Amino acid sequence: MANMVNVFLYGKKYEVPGDLTIMEAFEYAGYKLVRGVGCRNGFCGACATVYRIKGDRELKACLACSTKVEDNMSVATLPFFPLIKEGYDIEKVRPNEQIMMQLYPEIYSCVGCNACTKACSQSLNVMQYIAHAQRGEYEKCAELSFDCVMCGICSSRCPAGISHPQVAMLARRLNGKYIAPESLHLTTRVKEIEDGLCTEAIEAIMAKPIEELKELYNHRDIEK
Amino acid sequence: MIFTQEMLESMKKVEAAREANIAYEPPRMSAEEKEALLAEYHPDYKDKGFTTIKIGPNKGERAPIELEEMIEGRSRVLDLNVDLNKVDYDVDVLVIGGGGSGSSAAIEANKAGANVMIVTKLRIGDANTMMAEGGIQAADKPGDSPAQHYLDVMGGGHFVNRPELVRKLVMDGPGAIKWLNELGVEFDKDEDGTMVTTHGGGTSRKRMHAAADYSGAEIMRTLRDEVLNRGITVVDFTAAIEIIKDENGNAAGAVLLNMETGEVRVARAKCVVIATGGAGRMHYQGFPTSNHYGATADGLILGYRAGAKLLYQDTLQYHPTGVAFPQQIYGALVTEKVRSMGAKLINSEGEVYVHPLETRDVNAAAVIRECSTRGKGVPTPTGKAVWLDTPMIDMIHGKGTLEKRLPAMLRMYLKFGIDMRETPILIYPTLHYQNGGLEIGVNGMTRVENLFVAGEAVGGIHGRNRLMGNSLLDIIVFGRNAGQQAAAKAKTVTVGALTLDHVAKYEEERKAAGIDSETASPKLLPDYTRKF
Ligand SMILES: Cc1cc2nc3c(=O)[nH]c(=O)nc-3n(C[C@H](O)[C@H](O)[C@H](O)COP(=O)(O)OP(=O)(O)OC[C@H]3O[C@@H](n4cnc5c(N)ncnc54)[C@H](O)[C@@H]3O)c2cc1C
Ligand code: FES
Repeated sequence: MANMVNVFLYGKKYEVPGDLTIMEAFEYAGYKLVRGVGCRNGFCGACATVYRIKGDRELKACLACSTKVEDNMSVATLPFFPLIKEGYDIEKVRPNEQIMMQLYPEIYSCVGCNACTKACSQSLNVMQYIAHAQRGEYEKCAELSFDCVMCGICSSRCPAGISHPQVAMLARRLNGKYIAPESLHLTTRVKEIEDGLCTEAIEAIMAKPIEELKELYNHRDIEK
Repeated sequence: MIFTQEMLESMKKVEAAREANIAYEPPRMSAEEKEALLAEYHPDYKDKGFTTIKIGPNKGERAPIELEEMIEGRSRVLDLNVDLNKVDYDVDVLVIGGGGSGSSAAIEANKAGANVMIVTKLRIGDANTMMAEGGIQAADKPGDSPAQHYLDVMGGGHFVNRPELVRKLVMDGPGAIKWLNELGVEFDKDEDGTMVTTHGGGTSRKRMHAAADYSGAEIMRTLRDEVLNRGITVVDFTAAIEIIKDENGNAAGAVLLNMETGEVRVARAKCVVIATGGAGRMHYQGFPTSNHYGATADGLILGYRAGAKLLYQDTLQYHPTGVAFPQQIYGALVTEKVRSMGAKLINSEGEVYVHPLETRDVNAAAVIRECSTRGKGVPTPTGKAVWLDTPMIDMIHGKGTLEKRLPAMLRMYLKFGIDMRETPILIYPTLHYQNGGLEIGVNGMTRVENLFVAGEAVGGIHGRNRLMGNSLLDIIVFGRNAGQQAAAKAKTVTVGALTLDHVAKYEEERKAAGIDSETASPKLLPDYTRKF
C-alpha cells in the first residue's frame, strides 16, 4: 500500500493513497463521477482542475486524470466554463485578419498578463498564440495551439474574457483548410475513384475465392 | 527514481543491445505460426472469458461474459414512468452518441436538410474518437490502391469481413480524408502538400495519415466545431436507455435519461442512428482499457433489444502496447505509431522477440507469451510487462523526431517523470477495440427498419481483427453514410403510434429463460467508486 496523503476535495479533508491521480482520489473518497470526466487520459479536457498546495502561494491548474495527488493539496474541479463559441460558415470565411476581429474582438483587449499561459494544463504558450491570432498569423497560432485539449482553464483566468480555445480552434481550421498546401495525390485519387478508374480492380479482387485471396495476402509485397 | 531495481537491471540489457537491435530485422511469422500463437495466448481464445447467449436474436452464440450480463440484464425503462404520449423532442434523425461517427452522421443529415439531434451521454467529444492517436488509413498515394487496401483489411480481419462493407470503406476512404481536410483538419503534410503517411500493423503500403499523435482529437474537435456551427441540437449528459419503436415495428426514437438529474425524456424520430462506440469499460476478462469513461457497449444492447443482430460480438481487440507502468495510467494507450516509427518490442533479456508490425492480435498474444510461459517479462506492480524501446526513434530519425511526431505520448509519460526519449517504456496488452457489433447492410441500416448504426458499434467491417487506422476511417465513411441514408429515408417515413412493446416482450423472454438478474442494462458508466 502506498503512503497515505491528505487531500482537500472542495475543502473537505480525505485521506487517500499517494499514488492515485486526482480523479481516482475523488472515486476513492466515494464520489461517483459524471461531470468532469471523459477520456481519463489527457485528451478530452473534461477534467480541468485548480489546486493549491498548503504553504505554496501559487494557484496551479491541471487535468485531474493525469496528475498525481500530493500531500496537503486543496482541489476544486472546473468541469464547465462558459466560453464564447461563435458560429461561422467554414466555406465562406477566409484566413484574413477581419475574421478574428469580427468573431472574437475581445482578443484585442489582451492585457498581456500571461495568466493564460501560466494556467495551461498542456504547458502551451497561450498568450503567444493569441498574439498570432491578433495579427492574422493563423499558421503560427495553429502550430502553437495544436496540443490544446480545450479544457478552458486559460479562459477562467483571463481578465479580458477571451475564449482562447475557440480562437485557436478557428485558427486551426483556417490553417488546415486554406493555408496548408493542397494534397494533389489526394485530389487525383478521389477523382480517379469518381471516374470509375478503381472499380475494375476492386471488383476483380472481390470476385476471388477466399483461398486465392489468402494466397495473395500471404505473399503480398510490403512497401519498404 | 520511479523504476524498481529489477526494471533498471533489465533496462541495462535493453540499452546494451540497442544498436544491434535497431539493425536487426526480425522475421515475420508464417500463417501457421500465427494461428498457433493466437490459439494459445490470445484472450479471445480463452473459453473461460466467454459464455453462451441465452436470449434474443443471437441466442446460442458465444459472447464475453460481461456482455452477456448486459444482454441478460433488466431494462431501465421497466422501473421508470415513461409516457410515450408526451414527446419532448420530435426530429427527423436522432443520432445517439456524440463521437466521430455520430458527429459525421449529424453533419451529413443536416446538410441533406433533415432536422437532426445528437444525444450523448457525457459531452460531445467525450468519446474514443478524441483519444485516437496514431492515424487514419486511406489509399490515396501512387503505388497504393483501394484494391490493395481491401486485401490488407480482409487479411487483417481473417477474411471474415463483410466484403461489401470493406469495399465501401476502401473506395470511400480517400474521399473521407478530403472531406476532413476541407473541413479544416490539419493532416501532417510536406511542404509541397504531400501527406505524410506511414505503415501501421498489417499494412502493405504506407497509408496511415496523421495529425501528430493527436489524430483523433484533431478530427473530433473539428467535427464538433462543425456540428456547433451548423446549429445542430446537442443534448449532452443524456443517455439513450432504450430504442422506441412504432406500431409497425420500425425504430422511431429513444427513451432518454438525464445522467445528472435522472429526468426521463422521450425523443421521437423518423430514423435513429446508433453511434455509441465501443466497450472498453466493460473490462472483459479483467483487462485494463484504453477507452474513454463511457465505452460500455450501450448501443449493442439498445439495438439488440430492438431486434437487431450482433455480429462477431465474441472478438475484441487487445492493443499490444498498453501502459504497464506507471500504474496511474495503467491500460492507457501507447500508439502503434511508436512502432511504425521504428521502436521495437524487447523482452526482459534485451532480445527482439517479434516483428513489431505484426497485426495487433498477433503482437498482443506474443507479449502475453513472453510474460507467461517464456518467463521473459519484467515484473511490475500490476503484473509483468515487456519493453518498447522508444529511444530507438530518435536514433533512427534524428534527435527531436519523437517530440515532434509523438507529443501526446511524450507528455503523458513526462507527467509521471519518465522521459521516453531516454528510457524505454513498459507495456502490456490493453482492451482497446470492439471488433464486432451490430450487423448492417451497405446502407448502414440493421434488419430493424429505420434503425441505423455507425462507427465502433458496427460489426462486420473489420472481420475479427481491425487494423490500426481503419476505425477512424470507418467512423467517417460509415458515419457520413448513415447520416445521408437516414436523412433520405426520413423523407419517406410516417411514424406510427410509439410503443415499447418490444421491451416488454424481451422481458417475457428473459423470464421464460429463467433469468432473474436485477442488473440494470445498458451499463451507461463503469463503477469505480470505492465501497465502504
Ligand atoms: C486510445 C485510443 C486510440 C485509438 N487510436 C486509433 C487510431 O490511431 N486509428 C484508428 O483508426 N482508430 C483508433 N482508435 C479507435 C477509434 O478511435 C474508435 O474506434 C472510434 O473513434 C470510435 O468512434 P465512434 O464514433 O464509433 O465512438 P466514440 O467516439 O467512442 O463515440 C461514442 C459516443 O457515444 C456516446 N454514448 C455511448 N453510449 C451512449 C448512450 N447510451 N446514450 C448516449 N450516448 C452514448 C459516448 O459517450 C460517446 O460520446 C483508438 C481508440 C482509442 C480508445
Ligand atoms: S478526462 Fe479527458 S483530459 Fe482528463
